[in-house]
Amino acid sequence: MEKRGLNKVDLIFEKIDPKEVLTIAFKMSPADIIQQVLDSGLKGRGGAGFPTGLKWKYTAAVKEPEKYVVCNADEGEPGTFKDREILDRVAYKVYGGMAIAARAIGAKKGIVYLRGEYKFLLPQLMMELEKFHKLVKEIGYDFRINFCMGSGAYICGEESALFESVEGGRGEPRNKPPYPTTSGVFGKPTSINNVETLVTSMMIIKHGPESYSQLGTKDSRGSKVFSISGDTPTPGIFELELGMSVQEFVNEFGDGDTKAVQVGGASGFCVPRKRFEQTVIGFEGVPTGGSMKLFNSSRSMYNVLHNYLDFFAEESCGQCTPCRVGCQQLLKGVEKVKKGEVKSTYLNELVKLADTMKVASKCGLGQSVGNAFKTIVENFREEIIY
Amino acid sequence: MYQLGNLVKELSDKHGRARDSLIPILQGIVERHNYLTDEAMVEVAKELDISAAEVYGTASFYTFLDTTVRGKYVIRVCKTITCSMKGKSEIIQTLEDMLKIRVGETTSDRQFSLIETNCIGWCHKAPAILINEMPYTELTPEKVVEIIKGYMQKR
Repeated sequence: MEKRGLNKVDLIFEKIDPKEVLTIAFKMSPADIIQQVLDSGLKGRGGAGFPTGLKWKYTAAVKEPEKYVVCNADEGEPGTFKDREILDRVAYKVYGGMAIAARAIGAKKGIVYLRGEYKFLLPQLMMELEKFHKLVKEIGYDFRINFCMGSGAYICGEESALFESVEGGRGEPRNKPPYPTTSGVFGKPTSINNVETLVTSMMIIKHGPESYSQLGTKDSRGSKVFSISGDTPTPGIFELELGMSVQEFVNEFGDGDTKAVQVGGASGFCVPRKRFEQTVIGFEGVPTGGSMKLFNSSRSMYNVLHNYLDFFAEESCGQCTPCRVGCQQLLKGVEKVKKGEVKSTYLNELVKLADTMKVASKCGLGQSVGNAFKTIVENFREEIIY
Repeated sequence: MYQLGNLVKELSDKHGRARDSLIPILQGIVERHNYLTDEAMVEVAKELDISAAEVYGTASFYTFLDTTVRGKYVIRVCKTITCSMKGKSEIIQTLEDMLKIRVGETTSDRQFSLIETNCIGWCHKAPAILINEMPYTELTPEKVVEIIKGYMQKR
């Protein structure tokens, strides 16, 4: 097998002078900032992949004196840990990205929603924040960031559930529309961006959209921080240029016996060995918020699927029926098939249920349970049954 | 009760009495008293002038806002796939043997609670646990024994 190297990039963790970049940004007009981010082709790095520049443009277009920039640091997707690393190592760039977003949309308030599991980071994040507040004051921009702590709920990474949580309620997703760009946290226009997206926007302002958009492919511009775990000799955080195939990825990170890669965590897609070559990691193939889990041939894909379904059954907020009942029934269903209590064709019924959940669930959680379910059942059917 | 009332007042003074202060206040109580008693939730409801049902409804949504008895040190063992592949069961077994409790239980001296939790973001250093807010990673049964001994001496 040909072993091609992957292009390792160092943008996210690169040391920069925040004052220099913020000064450049504050000399630019909001429209120019938005245009640069649009030109870069940056799509949201949390997983959903909405174009960042468009999000800012829509929020900027709303005439309302009070707006918010929210940093989504409720990183909960199984297998994702890059935002923790980014906050740990370059929090000042996260704050800097928020200030640039604030300038672009016309906001004076920022909120970082940090998952409860990362509370140990808070003291150092507050120290960095103090420095940041001094810096924006020096530059002469009126922008302040507050922290809001999560309390152990995966669903709060969903943007409207996150708003509900900030407002002091149960983290239950809202109906959309209205979208956050018109009615977000406290009912105000809000641009909510992932930790990595904010850092990337700051680097786009620093290096220019042309040099950034030279990285990656037409549909997946730039680079991305990957969280790599599972059966690999080198687990950890790696920033890589987008556009590689799963095969290229496995050549670099596999243990020589990789049978499947779960791209995008529990809500993502399972890519089996026979599809490694033809599958691109990115928006044209399998998208990911960064979670990459490798499984070698010693692993039972039934256990993997069961673990994911158990996760969803617990983390579903229970608000809408397709997701609440669907997650439980998928979990019970695969258990029954495994025990031989029902015919193996029952799996086909479960696939139909997963399809229904995709159409009928209120938010991204229920809509994406079927991704892992279907790709694992289709590719490893015999492991689920026997 | 008297002390609890003081704490709720102190936290409400710090975070405010608006609806969006509720979660920070509940988090503050858990930080001090390990879990939320019915009395605590009623007290918060009075202080914020909302119904106790609303306080309970909010608290019960979040796994870290426990409404059942928890010890001073809450041990949360990650059970999501990578930790589970890399030896979660041995970690649980070690903790159960050492603390003489099962998953979901609290020691009779109210020092330790042992529970399982979903992905805590340390998959590259699995298996991992949280003790209150502190993460411990790349665990082995031996390491776990050392860590817990450390907490036992702390009391």
